[in-house]
Amino acid sequence: MTARTPFPPRRLARPLALALLVVGFSALLLGRAQAGGGHYYPPVADPVVREECGSCHLAFAPSMLPARSWQKMMGELQNHFGDDASVEPATARRIADYLVANAGDSAAGRPYAGKLLRGVPPEAAPQRISELPKWRKEHREVPDWEWRHKEVRTRANCLACHTAAERGYYDD
Amino acid sequence: MQPTALRRLAAGIALGLALPLAAAAPRDDLLAAYAAAAKAANPAFAGFSAERGQTLHTRQFAGGKPDTPACTSCHGPDVRGPGRTPAGKAVEAMAVSVNPSRYADPAKVEKWFKRNCNEVLGRECTPQEKGDWLSFMSAR
Repeated sequence: MTARTPFPPRRLARPLALALLVVGFSALLLGRAQAGGGHYYPPVADPVVREECGSCHLAFAPSMLPARSWQKMMGELQNHFGDDASVEPATARRIADYLVANAGDSAAGRPYAGKLLRGVPPEAAPQRISELPKWRKEHREVPDWEWRHKEVRTRANCLACHTAAERGYYDD
Repeated sequence: MQPTALRRLAAGIALGLALPLAAAAPRDDLLAAYAAAAKAANPAFAGFSAERGQTLHTRQFAGGKPDTPACTSCHGPDVRGPGRTPAGKAVEAMAVSVNPSRYADPAKVEKWFKRNCNEVLGRECTPQEKGDWLSFMSAR
C-alpha cells in the first residue's frame, strides 16, 4: 500500500512551490508599490470643485501644484489653456480656497506632493503639471507614439494610462 | 404591517410617482423662457423644432475653434451614447431618454450653452437655437 502511493511530500511539492511563487511575487509587487509610495495624490473631495474642475478633464489633485500656481490659474479662467472656463465669482472663490488649502506646498497637501514639486523655482507658478521637472523625469520613457495614440492625445489625459487616477493612484 | 409603515410606503410610492414629473418641470420652464425670448427677438416665431435642433447638433461650423467644429466633436455621433472631451474625459449621453437627470438645473444649462456655443460656433446661441436643441434632446 505504502509502496504504491507516492510519498506525501512529493505529492505536495508542486502546489507548495506554486504557493511560494505566488507569495514571493506578491511580496515583490508590494515592495514595488511601497517603493513608489509617493504615487498617491488625494482626489478632489469638494463636490463643487469636482464638478467645475472635472467636467472637461480629470479634476487634478490640488497637491500636484503649489498654491501660487492655483492662484494664478484661478485669476485667468477666461483663458484657461485656450478655453473660457470662467465661473461665477462665488464659485471661483470656493474653488480657489480649496485648491490653495490643499496645494502641494500647503500644510494639508505637502505630505502628498512628495518630490513632485522638486526643482520648481520659488518664483515660478507652473500651470501645467506635465511641465514639472519631476513629472517629465517620471514620464521620460513614454515614447512619442504613445502620447499621440488616439486614446491618449494629451498629457492631461492621466486616465488613459493611470486607470485609478480618479481615486488618486498614479502607480505605473 | 404597522400603520406607520404603510403610511411610509404610500408616501414613498407617491414620491416615486411625483419625481419624474418634478424632473421634467425645470426643462419645461427653460423651454418656456427660451420661447418667450425667441418671440421677443422675432415676432414670427412659430415654436421649436427638434429637427432643426438635430441639424444644429450635427452641423460643422467654421466660426469656432478648429478642433471643435461641431457639437458632436465632444458629444459623439450618437446622442444616446457617451462622448469625450479633447482632454479625454467621458461626457454622459445628452438624450433625455437615457439620461433623465439632465437639464434640471437652468444655470448649468446656460453655463454650457455659453461656453460650448462660443467654442463651436464662435458666438452665443440664440434662444431659438437653444430651444430647438433642447427639444431635440428631449425627443431622444
